[in-house]
Amino acid sequence: MITFTSFPSSPGGEYDAVRRHRETDNDMDVDFDDDDDFSSNRLRLTLPGDYLTSSQAFMRGHGTYVHEDQVVASVAGTVERVNKLITVRAIRTRYNPEVGDLVVGRITEVQPRRWKVDANSRQDAVLMLSSVNLPGGVQRRKLESDELQMRNFFEEGDLLVAEVQAFFSDGAMSLHTRSLKYGKLRNGQLVIIPPILVRRLKSHFITLPCGVDLILGLNGYIWVSRHIKASDQAGEEGFDAEAVYSNQNDDIDEPTRGAIARVTNIIHVLAAHFVPLTDTILLEAYEWSVEQEEANKGLFQEDVAEALVASLHSRS
Amino acid sequence: MGSRVEILNEGGFRSDGRRQYELREVTIDLSQQGQADGAAVITHGLTRVMVSVFGPREAKSRSQTIHDRANINVEVAISPFSAGERRKRSRGDKRILEMAATIKSTFEPVVQTTLYPRSQIDVFVQVLQQDGGLLQGCINATTLALVNAGIPLLDFVCAVSGGVYSTSPMLDLTLLEENDLPNLTVAVMPKTGKSTLVTMETRLHVDRFEEIFKLVCSASHALHQEMKDAVRVRTTSLVTAMGTTQSNVGGDTMMDES
Repeated sequence: MITFTSFPSSPGGEYDAVRRHRETDNDMDVDFDDDDDFSSNRLRLTLPGDYLTSSQAFMRGHGTYVHEDQVVASVAGTVERVNKLITVRAIRTRYNPEVGDLVVGRITEVQPRRWKVDANSRQDAVLMLSSVNLPGGVQRRKLESDELQMRNFFEEGDLLVAEVQAFFSDGAMSLHTRSLKYGKLRNGQLVIIPPILVRRLKSHFITLPCGVDLILGLNGYIWVSRHIKASDQAGEEGFDAEAVYSNQNDDIDEPTRGAIARVTNIIHVLAAHFVPLTDTILLEAYEWSVEQEEANKGLFQEDVAEALVASLHSRS
Repeated sequence: MGSRVEILNEGGFRSDGRRQYELREVTIDLSQQGQADGAAVITHGLTRVMVSVFGPREAKSRSQTIHDRANINVEVAISPFSAGERRKRSRGDKRILEMAATIKSTFEPVVQTTLYPRSQIDVFVQVLQQDGGLLQGCINATTLALVNAGIPLLDFVCAVSGGVYSTSPMLDLTLLEENDLPNLTVAVMPKTGKSTLVTMETRLHVDRFEEIFKLVCSASHALHQEMKDAVRVRTTSLVTAMGTTQSNVGGDTMMDES
């Protein structure tokens, strides 16, 4: 499989430029001046196999292991320390779920009383029939008839937004959609970016002034869709199962489609340049791209993309 | 002999102008490839291998899940245009399957699979050009792709091939040398000096073995440096790319509050 990406060499292309001759085979471990010196703010980078510190004085966390009384890094990333606990956070990795996280996922399988959901994690997540809102009252017993018509709620391939509820003993996560904010996704498109680029925010439901709603899933799945007015969303007192589990997209007018496509492209460009996403950054980037009166697809030209990222760096 | 290329001439040079113990030029590209979690392209001279790693992710079939650790699934594909003679190999080719099994067993003790029970790590190896040292290229590229995917490894795995011409040992053989000489490939974890793979398809005199083996192990340290540099540059550039905008965001909120 050969794929051509729009930004093949950046970032990280400058490696080839320099060839040095090594006289000494010096061991370039992470250079702690002192074993206990973790206090400075400077980021420490590690590579797999780098010795970090003594395991007598420190505890090993994620991304490390103990070898011969030494804490050794097992991933390439940045070292973090909380009191006596040393962890290494890998720079690019799959999503590590935590309870309460908001995720966007796709149904992969329908099983007895549960759905399997792909959420970019190390295993598929589980969505139990008992943790979704069913038609006819939010609180009610699950009946056999619900079990038989599970595909009326979610089918294979459906996208949904949910919250991490708990973990199973093997580390798989259990989701729930028991809120009017959660449920099936319509009227938009999915963008996938590295999960580390999605920061924890006050709210992961973002509305841009251009008539576009965004759901920033902490698992790196982002849903970009048509804006739905708050009044429509909350709607009636109970909840309308027809609308929540509908598979039909609404009519979306031309300008909104353009705006959705533009936001999607901006996210792709920012992800390619490894810029973490927040609502302010997205808004600035959108304004910039409209100001430039750049045709939407022009964003993928390298010089335009570079200019966009540069403008974000300068604005602060 | 007349028309045949000399493996090692009287001046001590090989057919491609290298000395006995010289490795070929190594270039490493760690940029993102499509939707892969980690990818790497490595070239050893004219040998070029691309590896994409997906996972750890849900195992595709029940039979492939292991309840207490991740399953590593290696698939090797050799492009028909990669060799001098155009040749299409089927997926079921015995040599390809053997190579995939070799790569899998090389990495099983190195990847911390116990952290990901019931998952699967897919490694797709694509050979783009071949000029000897195919296995070493595949192993080195796989190491880099796994590191790039953020999968925990005990250490890097660095593979180098070696051979012997009458009594003189050589490193990093080209296809021409590989066809004529007894040769072996060794994969080493440089930190501990342990080797996870020693493989030989030709006959080699037992007295020569130790000499070549030691030589290959020391050569792997040179390669280790190259690989570490490439990963360090990649990691640094990603961290800086993330850091610059992040500090700006911090500044923004500060201003908002004031």
